[in-house]
Amino acid sequence: MSGSLADDKLASAGQLRLTWLRFKRHKLAFISLFIVALFYSVAIFADFLAINDPHAVDARRGYLPPQAIHFFDDSGFNPHVNGMKGQRDMKTFKQVYVPDPNKKLPVTLFAHGYRYELFGLFSTDIHLIGLSTPQTLDGIYLLGTDALGRDLFSRILVATRISLSIGLVSVGLSLVLGILLGGISGLYGGLVDLFVQRVIEVIRSIPTIPLWMGLAAALPNTWSVIQVYFAITIIISLIGWTELARVVRGRFLALREEDFVIAAELVGASQLRIMLRHMLPSFTSHVIAAVSLALPAMIISETSLSFLGLGLRPPAISWGILLQDAQNVQVLAGAPWLLLAAVPVVVVILAFNFLGDGLRDAADPYG
Amino acid sequence: MNVLEVSGLSKHYPIVAGLMRREVGRVRAADDVNFVIQKGETLALVGESGCGKTTVARCILRAQRPTAGEIRFSPADGETIDLAPLSRRALRPLRRHIQMIFQDPYASLNPRMMVGDIIAEPLVVNGIPAAQRQARVLELLDLVGLPAVARLRFPHAFSGGQRQRIGIARALALNPRLIVADEPVSALDVSVQAQIVNLLLDLQDQLGLSMLFVAHDLGVVRHVSDRVAVMYVGRIVEVAPTVELYATPRHPYTRALLAAVPKSDPDARDAAEAPRGEVADPANPPPGCAFHPRCPFAIDRCRVERPELAEIAPGHFSACLRATELPV
Amino acid sequence: MVDPMNHPIVSVRDLAVEFRQHTGTVRALEAVSLDLHPGRVLGIVGESGCGKSVTARAMLRILDRNGSIVAGKVTLDPGTSHEQDLTALAPEGSEIRSVRGGRIGLIFQEPMAALSMQYTVGNQLMEAIRVHRDPGKEKARERAIALLNEVGIPRPETRVDAYPFQLSGGLRQRVGIALALAAEPDVLIADEPTTALDVTTQAQILALLRRLQRDKQIALMLITHDMGVIAQMADDVAVMYLGRVIEFAPVRELFRAPRHPYTKALLRSVPDLDAKPRQRLATIGGAVPQPGARPSGCPFHPRCPDAMPGRCDTKAPAPVAPGAAGAACFLVEDAAA
Repeated sequence: MSGSLADDKLASAGQLRLTWLRFKRHKLAFISLFIVALFYSVAIFADFLAINDPHAVDARRGYLPPQAIHFFDDSGFNPHVNGMKGQRDMKTFKQVYVPDPNKKLPVTLFAHGYRYELFGLFSTDIHLIGLSTPQTLDGIYLLGTDALGRDLFSRILVATRISLSIGLVSVGLSLVLGILLGGISGLYGGLVDLFVQRVIEVIRSIPTIPLWMGLAAALPNTWSVIQVYFAITIIISLIGWTELARVVRGRFLALREEDFVIAAELVGASQLRIMLRHMLPSFTSHVIAAVSLALPAMIISETSLSFLGLGLRPPAISWGILLQDAQNVQVLAGAPWLLLAAVPVVVVILAFNFLGDGLRDAADPYG
Repeated sequence: MNVLEVSGLSKHYPIVAGLMRREVGRVRAADDVNFVIQKGETLALVGESGCGKTTVARCILRAQRPTAGEIRFSPADGETIDLAPLSRRALRPLRRHIQMIFQDPYASLNPRMMVGDIIAEPLVVNGIPAAQRQARVLELLDLVGLPAVARLRFPHAFSGGQRQRIGIARALALNPRLIVADEPVSALDVSVQAQIVNLLLDLQDQLGLSMLFVAHDLGVVRHVSDRVAVMYVGRIVEVAPTVELYATPRHPYTRALLAAVPKSDPDARDAAEAPRGEVADPANPPPGCAFHPRCPFAIDRCRVERPELAEIAPGHFSACLRATELPV
Repeated sequence: MVDPMNHPIVSVRDLAVEFRQHTGTVRALEAVSLDLHPGRVLGIVGESGCGKSVTARAMLRILDRNGSIVAGKVTLDPGTSHEQDLTALAPEGSEIRSVRGGRIGLIFQEPMAALSMQYTVGNQLMEAIRVHRDPGKEKARERAIALLNEVGIPRPETRVDAYPFQLSGGLRQRVGIALALAAEPDVLIADEPTTALDVTTQAQILALLRRLQRDKQIALMLITHDMGVIAQMADDVAVMYLGRVIEFAPVRELFRAPRHPYTKALLRSVPDLDAKPRQRLATIGGAVPQPGARPSGCPFHPRCPDAMPGRCDTKAPAPVAPGAAGAACFLVEDAAA
């Protein structure tokens, strides 16, 4: 008795706690969890963190290069950005804007900017940072501006909202479809199973891009941004559910043969009890892991759809739409900062993948 | 009085091939199996892989539906009911009377449930009020030699032997009449194996349990069983009281199994020749007596004629044409 | 007893192995000393976690990646001009690889661990033959067939072209043995070679191993948890418990007069084919502790009926001296003094 029961805390630790302990050992996954959490907080507070109105157009400040905030000047601590002055590039004869070191615009926390609604409830114009006195032309453009003079930094922040939520919503839809159809398939077996499996194979054998193109082309032009958004999530999840259905079905089939499930049946437990008490808890962790691996796929799907012009359309803002601007090599040569919109995509996809790996390892009950 | 009477029990698995799932053959995992278990008795069912012992056990537990035969079980004195044709629903109220002890102490306990909940599950399922459950769980833990605090822990905190005790406590929760133990000690260390064997012996004495003890060799069986049934390729080839079976085996396969147990005596080496060949394939058993290709006593008749199980001495049955001629 | 003129072919001295785990370092082997002699069978017996497999894996340098040898030596051909300390070799180097599967053959519990599903039995045998002494393709095939014949596989000329999955468990283990013999090793290490097999097949494989070992005068190290297998096969026996050799003795001596309380208890707890009906088995109290929870002092003291409080729980008895019968127990030390 003595040795194995000595460590009381671990001995009476539940599965959730053990999973958490194991997960924490997975350094990369642990860090990724924070990154993912950070991204979702950005999505929630995007308008507050944004500096300029992401929709505000002014051709006079098109293709402004990234600007830095200077924290000190000759007089000490005095956070400011430099104003812009226009000049003509003598080689290309284009109007370009360069920082004007003589024009200091003071920066302050909790500044007033454009009006937005926090959580869709409170109307406010407070932003994390901003110019202490709003200007008409000059502003803070940390990552520069696009052709229409819209602030890339603010746009990337606001884009996280659509790009990350579209992943969540599509995964949610896929999850419902996947658990339902995978569960039915695994539980009943036989012809039902055969049918569901064939449907999955057919869906998975269709090349995704043409399928998307077809479905996206069918969306009426007259639909609003919101309608298109939901249509896109449905299109993405129609393909995404198949993977989850396979995971769920596989777990059901494996669990049906487990000794402890048979044991429950032999004491006379009902099918419902066996499902709820023994089978579902044993695969929730697997489903969570599958979801965290499916999420990045969904995000990528949206990004590539929008990038190709098949998904969301302006004025909606998503990472894919931002990257659409970076399609043109000529534009990129003049304004390489437009590519920065790809950075959050890469970071969040990597983080989700590591997170999923960590969860999958940690979820194994016999570690 | 018999707690269980199994007669003509068969379980065949179809071998299907092709798109249309045509049946091209059958694995006769269990074929015309007959035996009885009396009240308070332990019958050992012994045989090597593929002999059908686990299939028989699972049919009795009705984890599988037999292809043919009767499984007459007596849930209470004077009552008998044939389990073989019953539906899942009809079986549920009867399940409490027949419980199982599993081979693998790791896979048979839900890793996500506390030990107390695992042991209490049969009580919950069968509608025992919560107030009585707690007391019963403590009583059961004590019965199998685990401390009361064990109920608040998860299975991963226990060793293989302790987990097997938890499995036994769960099996005993509803005071079953019959326990089916599927190789309950073969996954355990030698020293722990002895503890569990003794526990089973004690429990049987205390509770008057009947038991079907499934095993793959004749070592532990000697200690736990009153009678032994030996199976080979889906059929019972010999049944006898334990002492008699070990002293005067009347089937060449039983002799081979006895000889194959490595004796703990360095001076008794090379005493017995290992049997030839390997266990026959149940999907394609040899004609006649399935053991004849390996049997040192086989005669021409054995190749064509399948011997039936016959009583050659009181209580001693053998399915061998030459049962009475074998040297003792 | 071991002939003093008969030099060991492998000698293990004070071997210690540690495994790094997330909870800390676990010592899996402690001061293990063993000798393997040509033509003799050394049986290693013990329960789960006793370190019997770790010993074999450490000797061959195939420990899992989180394990390492922290002390001791494993010497091949000790006392000769070409003696070689295997613990000093690079774990993946060419020298240790020529020892593994060359001088020292290995037989696994699960023959599939040694066999590949993608190649025929013949291909794998021929590869093993040609790696160590290439006689050419034709000759290698002939030798492969001869090996299959030697390990008792019926119709070797056709079975040589079979894939492992086409063979039964018993035949696969025979192929596993043939593979271990391919390079004509002087030493064979068999790790629970019959545990996964049916009892009648086990008897056949044990008989085969014994015949091959005698005919070829191989030094066989047989690892098992089964006292019966030890009694049938071993010349000398090392009993292990929690990473230590707690008793060493020639097999008859061990079974007739065990010295260590653990050996005594282990022998008593073996099921008896002549038992009376419903006869209880002798037991050892408690269970083998988890590797992380090693008791202080003598590792067996919490389960030992003869433990002396204040002594056995504070200090470990001296390890068994190699080559001589003895036990790591204060009772034995006291009796000798």
